[in-house]
Amino acid sequence: MVSYVVFLLVVAGIYALLAQSLCLAWGVTGLVNLGLAGFFAIGAYASATLTKWGGAPVPVGLLAAMLAGAVAGFVVCVSTLRLRDDYLAIVTLGFAEAVRVVASNEIWLTGGTDGISGIPAGLPRDWGQGFHLAALGIVTAILGLVWFALRRLVASPWGRALRAVREDQIVAAVAGKRVTRLKAEAFAIAAAIAALAGALYGHYTSYIAPEIFQPLITIYVFLAVTAGGNGRPTGAAIGAYLLIAFLEATRFAAEILPGVSAVQAAALREASVGVVLILLLRLRPRGLFPERNQKAPA
Amino acid sequence: MGLAGAMHQGLMEVDGLRLSFGGLAALDGVTFAVAPGRITALIGPNGAGKTTLFNAVSGLVRPHAGSVRLEGEEILGLKPEQITARGMVRSFQIARGFPKLSVFEHLMLYGQDQPGENWTAALLGTAAARRREQALAEQALAVARRLKLSHVIDNQVTALSGGQKKLLEIGRTLMAEPRLMLLDEPAAGVNPTLAEEIGDLLRAIVAEGRTILLVEHDMALIERISDHVVVMAAGRTLAEGSFAQVRDNAAVQDAYLGGAR
Repeated sequence: MVSYVVFLLVVAGIYALLAQSLCLAWGVTGLVNLGLAGFFAIGAYASATLTKWGGAPVPVGLLAAMLAGAVAGFVVCVSTLRLRDDYLAIVTLGFAEAVRVVASNEIWLTGGTDGISGIPAGLPRDWGQGFHLAALGIVTAILGLVWFALRRLVASPWGRALRAVREDQIVAAVAGKRVTRLKAEAFAIAAAIAALAGALYGHYTSYIAPEIFQPLITIYVFLAVTAGGNGRPTGAAIGAYLLIAFLEATRFAAEILPGVSAVQAAALREASVGVVLILLLRLRPRGLFPERNQKAPA
Repeated sequence: MGLAGAMHQGLMEVDGLRLSFGGLAALDGVTFAVAPGRITALIGPNGAGKTTLFNAVSGLVRPHAGSVRLEGEEILGLKPEQITARGMVRSFQIARGFPKLSVFEHLMLYGQDQPGENWTAALLGTAAARRREQALAEQALAVARRLKLSHVIDNQVTALSGGQKKLLEIGRTLMAEPRLMLLDEPAAGVNPTLAEEIGDLLRAIVAEGRTILLVEHDMALIERISDHVVVMAAGRTLAEGSFAQVRDNAAVQDAYLGGAR
């Protein structure tokens, strides 16, 4: 039971990192990034290939993953500069699918659909419980760092300018803000965070394959960020933990329900996520932790 | 037209600006100059091209021909943020803004040269960024006091009254420390008392050494506050002069009354 909880906490921490990414790109800057799973995958593959086949130490793999994510994010953002809202969403969704297809077919690099197994963790796996606890410590510490940095960025003049870009690009430009540059910076940093989450996932589970990086991950992170408060790093992180807690709790709840088949139980779990989100947004339309406005000094 | 430019001696000189949307010429060679330290009013019937002109000189749309010089330097082709950085800042007709930002944030956002808008400086929280933020905050509080917005400074703009939105529109333009303010209907839709106050405010702003070009339909206000009036019709400059001169101009009367002779 303890190892199950530890495992869930590591996974939730990785989701919380993805939520930090989405909070910056979508919540703060208004760029609907449906390609989150793609950046997650890029980070996972970058770090896995470098450490397993390139022999690089894990920390170098993590940094390389962030760099790869940032470059991919920059390219996607710059090539979609004229797009907004639904159109950006469609292109980023397509991007994530393209990443998955490339990962399935470029076997020389990614191992194809077999994936990459035996990814080094940087920690001895034979520590048993100790390994999982150490991984939990590392993932949580990295999440804490990212959360701290992001909170600082969102509250800064840079974050204020991003929020202005989200609300009205034209007025933001008239206010003297370099809209294109701001969007590219935010999107690239967000992509780097998602890639970092992917790298951590690969090192922790030791195995990645294209089928892991499904669009459902992106959708779950959108749910988490929406529930937690999309413009607030704290809200996004807590939303992710709550989402994982809820998904796992419903697993047990479905087993207890009498007269429900396994298939029906699975469907009920999915439906209950939707019901809870609707209820939450009825009661707290801006999420559990709404975006904060900068207060005027007294 | 170097000669015309030399003759105008304007802070801003608009020369032969042309822009058409499809077959419709929204700007059809409009030419005029804005003299420094004065209020110039731009008037004309609906559809004359006044707002299009604002959009063109502030860099939001690209005219097909003509030139716009600010202190003798061509600014046509510059991006909106570059034009703002050069000291010309425009406002919007329908208090266009950022619904989820507070009054204070609107004001702060228009502050220029904030090094904290660079993400690395923001992350490090550099002293330069903090100092600039403090200076801007003081300026924002002063602007809010001047515009009687102090009591709503932490409110989101969606909670403001129509009149307060108009005041904020002027206030945030001021935050950019512009030499030339382009105000698009700064008193439209406000009650007569507030319109008068806005008029006084604009005179006071000009007395501090700024220059204003404004589009407005309230003729009483224009008569009271403007030094110079430019009349536009069908994308061209129809007449210019003092308010009395353009009021008595037969061509101007025709344009407003639909050309009935």
